[in-house]
Amino acid sequence: MESKFYDEDKLIIFKITDEIDDHSVQMIRRKIDYEIQRYMPKKIVFDFNNVSFMDSAGIGLIIGRYKLAKILGAKLELSNLTGSVKKIFEMSGVLRLIPVTEN
Amino acid sequence: MKENFTNEMKIEFISKSSNEAFARIAVAAFASQLDPTIEELADIKTAVSEAVTNCIIHGYDKKQGIVKIVSKLKENEILIEISDKGKGIKNIEEAKEPLYTTKPNLERSGMGFTIMESFMDKMEIESIVGLGTKITMSKTIKPKLENEDEDFKMILKD
Repeated sequence: MESKFYDEDKLIIFKITDEIDDHSVQMIRRKIDYEIQRYMPKKIVFDFNNVSFMDSAGIGLIIGRYKLAKILGAKLELSNLTGSVKKIFEMSGVLRLIPVTEN
Repeated sequence: MKENFTNEMKIEFISKSSNEAFARIAVAAFASQLDPTIEELADIKTAVSEAVTNCIIHGYDKKQGIVKIVSKLKENEILIEISDKGKGIKNIEEAKEPLYTTKPNLERSGMGFTIMESFMDKMEIESIVGLGTKITMSKTIKPKLENEDEDFKMILKD
């Protein structure tokens, strides 16, 4: 996973490049929370373009970060949802809470 | 239960979360004999991942045990049984409810059974408290259009 912080916009973009399951999500979550607490961004974007697999662990990950963002007064956005990743997020209802952008 | 299966495989592994990827990839490789689409294969991988995760984090709950997968092919259908000898499910109907989870503190979404049910054609849960749980799922892989190969040949000709 790569992340980039844009100071002028207080924006952080997480490019997730791993498969997301119950095993990998623990490390992903630790990295994300570390970066969020380090930069205190106002906007957090998760880019799923390079996620080749995701199961329901991804739903838990995003709902958890949504709650964290709310506490910190930051906005969350999901981008580049493809195929089965999109299907799983649609099923979970998180897309009613969190906006999706392309690219 | 003597049915005419054309192929069958079994795998067993210990309940470590690092085996979740191994399990779904192994079943997907077996399923690929039915020539599924990328989407059908992704559905199978996701359903297997959910079931195996359940065995590891709920069935065995940090204790070590064996997760067993049996998969069978019959014509264009794949049958997958995933079982553990863990603690079992007290109330299956409750466990199947979307968003129901006994582990919200681990950021579990409670969507596992909902995903298995909707990504596969059939899903059944058998469970006995103290003895374990078995999930049986099946999915029919849609036959590809016969003239698809012809179209492909035409493209190659051009």
